[in-house]
Order: sequence, then C-alpha cells, then structure tokens
Amino acid sequence: MTSLLSVSALDAFYGDFQALFGIDFELQQGEAVAVIGANGAGKSTLLKSLAGLVRNRPDAIRFAGRDIGDSPAANIVRFGLALVPEGRQLFLSLTVEENLLIGAYGGERTSPWDLQAVYRMFPVLQERRRSAVTVLSGGQQQMVAIGRGLMSNPSVLLCDEISLGLAPIVVEDIYRMLPRIRGNGTAIVVVEQDIARALRSTDRFYCLQEGRVTLAGRPADTDQDAIRAAYFGT
Amino acid sequence: MNGFDTIIEGVLLGGVYALFALGLSLIFGIMRLVNLAHGDLILLAAYLVLSVTTALGVPLVAASLLVVVVMFAAGFALQRLVLERVLGDDILPPLLVTFGLSIVIQNGLLLGYGADSRRLQAGAFESSSVTLVPGLSIGLAPLAALLTAVAAVALLQLIFYRTSLGRAFRATADSPPIAQLMGINERSVYAIAVGLSVAVSVIAAITFGIRANFDPSIGPARLLYAFEAVIIGGLGSLWGTLAGGIVLGLAQTIGARINPEWQILAGHLTFLAVLMVRPRGLFPSRRP
Repeated sequence: MTSLLSVSALDAFYGDFQALFGIDFELQQGEAVAVIGANGAGKSTLLKSLAGLVRNRPDAIRFAGRDIGDSPAANIVRFGLALVPEGRQLFLSLTVEENLLIGAYGGERTSPWDLQAVYRMFPVLQERRRSAVTVLSGGQQQMVAIGRGLMSNPSVLLCDEISLGLAPIVVEDIYRMLPRIRGNGTAIVVVEQDIARALRSTDRFYCLQEGRVTLAGRPADTDQDAIRAAYFGT
Repeated sequence: MNGFDTIIEGVLLGGVYALFALGLSLIFGIMRLVNLAHGDLILLAAYLVLSVTTALGVPLVAASLLVVVVMFAAGFALQRLVLERVLGDDILPPLLVTFGLSIVIQNGLLLGYGADSRRLQAGAFESSSVTLVPGLSIGLAPLAALLTAVAAVALLQLIFYRTSLGRAFRATADSPPIAQLMGINERSVYAIAVGLSVAVSVIAAITFGIRANFDPSIGPARLLYAFEAVIIGGLGSLWGTLAGGIVLGLAQTIGARINPEWQILAGHLTFLAVLMVRPRGLFPSRRP
C-alpha cells in the first residue's frame, strides 16, 4: 500500500545548521501519528518541512503522488497539507471569524469543513466570532488555530504543540476533538512534549532525538523503557 | 464669514493631501515599505494623463481610467521586477532603491516633457462653483477632490475589511510566513498592493493637476506632505490618513490667512506639534 504521505531520507537545514538527518516517515489516510522527542530533537523542523516553511530536496517528501519537498508553503496547503503552527500564530489584526475564513483562502478544497462545521465543533468561537483574537483565552485561541487549519479541508492536519501553555482540562477538551477530525478522513500528525498524552490519542508514533528517528511503532506494542531510552538517548 | 471660509478651504485642500498620502499609507501598512518615489509616481501619472488628453484628445475621465489601469500594471511590475528583490529585514535597501527611482522618474519626465509648468484642463469644471449660503460658495473641483478622497478611503476600507483580498493584505502584514501557510502567495499580494497604491495616486494626480501647475521637480515636496498626512493620522490607518490630510490642509490655510509666508511653515509646525503630543499619530491602528 502506498502511503498518503511519505518522507524518505530527509535532511533539513537552517542555513549551515543541519536539523534533521535521514528521516523516514510514513502516514496513511485517516491515520493519527505522534511525533515525540525532547526540545530541539527536530519535531517542529519535521512539520515545517512537511508544510513547506523549510525547503528541501523535491523527492524527500512525497504527498498524494506528488513530490513536494521544495514546494512553497502556499502551494502545499492547496494540495491538502495544513499546519497548525506552534504558539498558535493567529493573525492579530483579524477577528476570530476572519482568522477562520483566511484558512480557506486557497479555496479549492471545499468539504466538509466550513465556518458552520468549525462552529459546531467549537461553539464558543461562534459566540466570539467578532472579537479580536487577543481577548480570547489560550484554549480558545488554540481552537481558532485548529479551526483555521481545518478550513482548508486538509487530508493531513499537522499540529505543532497544541497543548503548549494550556491548562490540562483545556488540553483534554481539545484532544477530545481529534477523533471528530479524523472521522472526516483527515489524517493527523501531532507533535507533543507530553508523551503520555500523545501516545494515548494516536495509532503510531515516531520518536526523534537530535534530528534522527530513534524509535517508531505502535504505542501498545512498545514498552515504556524503550520509549524512554529513545527519548532521552540513555 | 472669513474664518469659516478659511476652514472650508483648508478641509478641501486636505482632501488633496489625503489623496497624496493614501497610496503611501496603503503600502506602508501592508509591506512596511516606505516608497520615496511616491511623489514622483504621482507626477508621472499626471503627465501620462496630460499626454493622453492632449496628444490623443481623449476626454479627461476616459483618460483617467486608462491611466489608472496602466499605472496599476506599472506598480505591479515595479514590485515584481524591482522592489521584491530588496524587501527584507533590512529597511535600507528599499529606501535606497525607491530614492533612486525617484531621481530616475524626475529626470525621465524632464527629458520627455521639459521643465515647463503644465496643468490638466478640465474645461468649465475647473472654475465652476456651488453656492452653499449667500456669500459662501465652494469651487466644484476642490469639492470633488475631497469627495473623491472620502470615496477612495471608503472603497479601500471596503476592500480591506470586507473582501478575501483585504484579509490576505492584513494577514500578510501581520506575519508573512504564517500567511503563506494559509495559501496566500506573498509575492502577488505585495504586487497587488503596490499596484493599488500607484493606481490611487493617479486619482491624486488628477485632482492635483487640475488644481495647480506642476513640473517634473515637485514630486519630493508632494511626498513630504503625504508623509506628514500619514504620520499625523497614524500609521496603518486609512481614515487616519484622511484626517491627517485635512489637519495638514487646515494648518496650511490658517497659517496662510495669518501671514501668506507662513502657509508651508504652519503645516510643518503642526506636524511637529502632533508628533510631540501624540507620537503615534491621531488615530494609530489598533495593531499591538
């Protein structure tokens, strides 16, 4: 079976600094995959490479039958890969609703996500649709960021540290929505520092350490010690 | 009625200044680009309208529409071919390039049209007026300039706050990399913005060209007024720019009424006073 998204021997660089070394990564349609690892392991770089914010060799990343390794970010979201960036990165001069609408700017993929669908998932956003995003709570801002990503109707939603800085109960609320997103056939990649949380809500995981994949597998089949060793490199 | 006269005259003059400033405000707001050639681009537009009306005998309104289209394309190309290469974290290269462009346009106009003063001919419209109350009448041309300025701001606001393109403008201004993640092509957004800015300056050129004589050397002075209007109004706010233009117009006419030599000086002093009292301008944008 060919994967929806497949990364092979990906080396990613920031100028002269090499952040990723020979990463191999696969994602099937509708799957949820966690990428775990310590700070600086290269998790965000991997997502940025997938989303086109870090440019690579064209054939290092293949998505839906296309080589996208060096495609610009603005094209990749049109192909169906959307990134919910770390730290939410909402547009501060746009209202809640405008932030959602701009997620659909590419405009070529139209179902099932639209404003109404996002509001059904996060009703509080509808109440605050005309507010500036700066007055929202952290959890609500994260909902906007996820909704904005969904508005492009991606086949893959990349979520970078969506629980960062949020209260545990809010994180719980947000993670409860992931099955609903997958229910529409969207695959999800979550990057998380909270290993337990990440493993609980995904089918498979990749553990990165210093830019390399040190372990990959299914959470249920992998014992805690192996994960700990892959995570810390001990 | 004398004081009232002055105020109306000032407000009307402010409409022209606001039109000078709108294009500048627009691209500064979106791209953080300070276009030092803005005044010269206005003059270039004025000369183009002059050529199309006199050489081809096209009526002013039709000529204006034609030049708006041409200048939009020129602005678009200017961004894609020139400015795009120098935009970045460093603000100096775009300043130098637009400064150079200003000199190129000035000398190009001098070469093509000579140093003589010119004026756009608008027929009877130039000198007709409407009587508001007995003893107080307003020239149609300046009134039309003010109304055009208001309409231009309203239209741009509509584009900014009610259309998908406007959202793309604002999102790109907030954060270019994140805007790309939304499928926004930063290069074409910037090119449209510059095109729009230059197209708006055609309107400025026409209202100005009917009102006063122009020659190739006066661009930088228009740029200065435009700058002052933008700063007085507050960076990033289009209604603020309109208000800034009117404040500047009022200051100049009131200054001139006190002593004709003080017209320009009064404008500059008001600008400095506003900067001292409200360094971010009268209506700064809400952007944090």
